[in-house]
Amino acid sequence: MYQVGNLVKELSDKHGHARESLMPILQAIVLKHNYLTDEAMVEVARELDISAAEVYGTASFYTFLDTQVKGKYVIRVCKTITCSMKGKSDIIQTLEEILKIKVGETTVDKQFSLIETNCIGWCHKAPAILINELPYTELTPEKVSEIIKDYMKK
Amino acid sequence: MENKGLNKVDLIFEKIDNREVLAKGFKMTRDEIIQEILDSGLKGRGGAGFPTGMKWKFTAAEKNPEKYIVCNADEGEPGTFKDREILDRVSNKVHGGMAIAGKAIGAKKGIVYLRGEYRYLLPKLMIELESFHKMIKEIGYDFAIEYRMGSGAYICGEESALFESIEGKRGEPRNKPPYPTVSGVFEKPTSINNVETLVTAMMIIQHGSKNFIQYGTKDSRGSKVFSISGDTPTPGIFELELGMTVQQFVNEFGDGDTKAVQVGGASGFCVPRKKFAETIIGFEGVPTGGSMKLFNSSRSMYNVLHNYLDFFTEESCGQCTPCRVGCQQLLKGVEKVKKGEAKSTYLNELMKLADTMKIAAKCGLGQSVGNAFKSIVGNFKEEIIY
Repeated sequence: MYQVGNLVKELSDKHGHARESLMPILQAIVLKHNYLTDEAMVEVARELDISAAEVYGTASFYTFLDTQVKGKYVIRVCKTITCSMKGKSDIIQTLEEILKIKVGETTVDKQFSLIETNCIGWCHKAPAILINELPYTELTPEKVSEIIKDYMKK
Repeated sequence: MENKGLNKVDLIFEKIDNREVLAKGFKMTRDEIIQEILDSGLKGRGGAGFPTGMKWKFTAAEKNPEKYIVCNADEGEPGTFKDREILDRVSNKVHGGMAIAGKAIGAKKGIVYLRGEYRYLLPKLMIELESFHKMIKEIGYDFAIEYRMGSGAYICGEESALFESIEGKRGEPRNKPPYPTVSGVFEKPTSINNVETLVTAMMIIQHGSKNFIQYGTKDSRGSKVFSISGDTPTPGIFELELGMTVQQFVNEFGDGDTKAVQVGGASGFCVPRKKFAETIIGFEGVPTGGSMKLFNSSRSMYNVLHNYLDFFTEESCGQCTPCRVGCQQLLKGVEKVKKGEAKSTYLNELMKLADTMKIAAKCGLGQSVGNAFKSIVGNFKEEIIY
């Protein structure tokens, strides 16, 4: 859990208090903290003067606006057809072994979350993953372990 | 049918003098721009293929002083990645196309809706946008663009769902009519165009519609960027003249063992080998937003179909019953048939369900699930059953 502090206030001052500012504000919170807490959503509702249900209803519609605890690095593995044909399962298996978690879980130290996602637009360089907003493509089990080990050192 | 063969062209990514083309466009009257685009026969490059000139004409005809040009960069169709490449390499042409469109319809504001998966492009795009705004100002034209990000919802590529998302709501499609040209984003008249469509419009202003119509066929004018993936030795992005057959395409990009090509992504059509020669890639045959996936004989078409149905089941917004329940039932249904829990004749019931979804679903997502379903089940029935 993180403390939302002045963040929501700062963001709503920056983006405005109209309903159309909701997505940019939620996106900015997720960029910083990787998921939305109940406290953050209630705070956003107060700033924009809409009900908390509206905020939660909107956030829960979008897969990138997580309302469950997520790690510092969210790994999204593409599972759509080309990535699936080109070795997605090996990538998942490697990640599960290194991180010692299953798909859908977050490591105990809250550093990594592993999830599957739909097409991320790198079919010509499959298999592909996103780590937070950065894409990594043409992966092999060796390549993906190197990448994760670098993140572990960060 | 007209057949142009396979021809590679390089117009979309061609480097141009943006300022010169824009100056030319701004000197034209609104009617002249719209007429030029109408004459070009340009159809939208996002997949649906609505005539761009008509869309601009309808939006231009609206009296509301506040209008919008929206660039749909929510490229989510499985197998499509050309808009990312276009934005990465020639964003100045995208911004330029929006300004030209803005002039044509009478909009001073443009919004690019970029999918969340492409957020890493944003810092670079912001720098390029800043120099674009500077240049527009120097030319003495009043037009501004802002970027809005998506957050991982395929349905937001549907135009009215995209507007809802920009407005800060759940990305659920609206009832139509009213169409976006009358009531779009913030309920203002809006022309929403795909990334590539805007670049192509820019190209038409530069070279003239007479030169543009030299490319392609009567029903599918010009060239288009294809996203090629799957079982091919040369995956990637290729700009090709429209009007080739699937056979000619496979001869160039196949691995010698191609058994099927999925044209237009998960919401498109599966073309089996026996129909390669007779099927034209374009609006007169199989239309595509650019997604071309090749499958060789080592692939199970059951797995392909299952993957697509799983995709639609997750990405259906859940608002209308035919789509929400239909996707789930199609998925469960093929699983049952595969496991032998249902008879093979059950596939006929599922085909009827796909037809019902086409008629009854609220938006393009639910309406097009049947395209892949029927063309895969219809052509590869034995692979679904056994």
